[in-house]
Amino acid sequence: MNFSLAELVPLLPEIFLLAMLSLILVVDTMLKDSQRTATYVFTLLTLAGCAWLTFSGHRTDPVHAFSGMFVDDTLADVLKLALYLAVAFMLVYSRSYLQARGLFKGEFYALTLFATLGMMVMISAGHFLTLYLGLELLSLSLYAMVALQRDSAVATEAAMKYFVLGAIASGMLLYGMSMVYGSTGSLMLSDVSVALQEGAGQKVPLVFGLVFIVAGLAFKLGAVPFHMWVPDVYHGAPTAVTLFISSAPKLAAFAFSIRLLVQGLEVLHTDWRDMLVLLAVLSMAVGNLAAIAQNNIKRMLAYSTISHMGFLLLGILAGSQNGYAASMFYSVIYALMSLGGFGIILLLARQGFESDELDDLKGLNQRSPWAAFLMLLLMFSMAGIPPTVGFYAKLSVLQAVVEAGLVWLAVVAVLFSLIGAFYYLRVVKLMYFDEPLQVAPIEAPGDMRLALSINGLAILALGILPGPLMGVCLIAVQSSL
Amino acid sequence: MTFDQFIFYFFSAILLFAGLRVITARNPVHAALYLVLAFFTAAGLWMTLEAEFLAITLVLVYVGAVMVLFLFVVMMLDINLDKLKEGFWDYLPLALPVAILLMLEMAVVLGGRFFGLDKYSAPVAKAADYSNTKELGRLLYTEYVYAFELAAVILLVAIVAAIALTMRKRKDTKYIDPAQQVAVKRADRVRLVKMPAEQGSGIRDQESGGSAK
Repeated sequence: MNFSLAELVPLLPEIFLLAMLSLILVVDTMLKDSQRTATYVFTLLTLAGCAWLTFSGHRTDPVHAFSGMFVDDTLADVLKLALYLAVAFMLVYSRSYLQARGLFKGEFYALTLFATLGMMVMISAGHFLTLYLGLELLSLSLYAMVALQRDSAVATEAAMKYFVLGAIASGMLLYGMSMVYGSTGSLMLSDVSVALQEGAGQKVPLVFGLVFIVAGLAFKLGAVPFHMWVPDVYHGAPTAVTLFISSAPKLAAFAFSIRLLVQGLEVLHTDWRDMLVLLAVLSMAVGNLAAIAQNNIKRMLAYSTISHMGFLLLGILAGSQNGYAASMFYSVIYALMSLGGFGIILLLARQGFESDELDDLKGLNQRSPWAAFLMLLLMFSMAGIPPTVGFYAKLSVLQAVVEAGLVWLAVVAVLFSLIGAFYYLRVVKLMYFDEPLQVAPIEAPGDMRLALSINGLAILALGILPGPLMGVCLIAVQSSL
Repeated sequence: MTFDQFIFYFFSAILLFAGLRVITARNPVHAALYLVLAFFTAAGLWMTLEAEFLAITLVLVYVGAVMVLFLFVVMMLDINLDKLKEGFWDYLPLALPVAILLMLEMAVVLGGRFFGLDKYSAPVAKAADYSNTKELGRLLYTEYVYAFELAAVILLVAIVAAIALTMRKRKDTKYIDPAQQVAVKRADRVRLVKMPAEQGSGIRDQESGGSAK
């Protein structure tokens, strides 16, 4: 193999991130606690630098590096830009929360950047190995972040559950990958795809491997029946970490599914489609029904995540470019909505008070009409009520499902969305029509208020003008697959 | 039966027995030792595949380092076995069918029907001067260098996470600051006190009083 330095150019964002990350790790050890804001600013600047490198290094044709283990295509670039944005928003939202709980430490930022690197690797992986290593990089950072609040027994328990179940999921994924490797003789996604088209391997071991791959994938996405960890982890983790888990990794999970199922195993589409149908229907059913019974917002949003992941799978299982683009649009929008939803919880939390019960939202309109309005937009969007963007995201996914000839599935999805609208609207009712239980004024730094406003208004703006973002998703899918 | 086959079945039988004992042994130290045996026989099987480097790494890394560490942990922790075994019989009715089902599924797929010699020919034996280690090294540092670097980053995460999760500054611990120790001056530690000499029987009391200062 001949290697030239020019091969490293498509990896510049990753290399820059890793270099800055190492720098932050070293510099942070020399900072006093009062100077910790420097780490925070450095981390944001790193993300900005990565965004600039990704944006300026964009090329319309897919670029491969390291003999195809790394792929840089439009899909990867768009998802990476969305990823930087989601991580940056999360950092802005969580600063005051972390400061109030003694978690405002360099490790939090280092682990965040490690997780970001893992997601970037997943997004532009062209090989089973890099897919898996990126996933592990992300997961290990997340386990540690959940456990970061050491004196909290709930957080430790959540981290333990997350770790054990995540390890089982990784094992299943690897087992499935090994079966596919045994049948096709390659770990490179493009080679696997070619080998399958030429009829390599027998059906039974391939499908057997596929079952394990899909199960591992469903674990990571949090789709039913592999969803048990989601509510506990969302509930137990510090809200700032929950915010992180529920937003950016969904983008990476989408990329992971597309790379694995579409770029690698598209020949087996009819096989994995049926599995995804099952996962999607169960996720929407369990997610929406169980969310009704929750009193804790974090748990409620966890079940809401499960149902949204069901919707995300709908687009992928449709098996058309429109479907993939709709699914991609959905993942970006979901990350945005989830950021906003947990952002409001962080806004209401203060020292020694988590504000994660539904009752804590009561009468929010009287305490802060603007925060209540933003939450209203977010809840409407999650429920899929026009003119917010959640409606358009659901609509485009459903269109793709109908195009694929699965009308019954679209009907089921609409029915469960209707059921789901109940618990989203209950939040709105609590905010506007109930008397407040909490009277303490809401204190939040200006940058957080600004970011939250942008986030909420983006939901509305994108709902009125979804065209450009949808166009970008479509172009990304068309030029990459 | 050729000698190769005999070796294979011999090692496989020991491996299966050891694996079974790992999960059935009552004493965790015994279980860990059976795991050592399982690793060792697996390394023997890899030898027959001409994967010498991997076989020796398995023995050195897993048996030599990981399992020894593991044994230390097992011996240090006071594990209450009865508590661990609690609920075993409650879960058995569900776990047993699941395990049997998994085993049957694997038996269907992993037999000679799909992965037999007629489907995949046996690997050709390499020449005597073929270096396994060199080939692995070449692959790791050329074709797979990206994955190799990623694995290194994962190790870095492990270090950062382990330190973040376990290092704490206790307020009640007494520790020494070497910088302060080095920078200390005579005047900080020693105080010369001038005392008038006294006479008579009080000399003993005065001595003990002086040393207390």
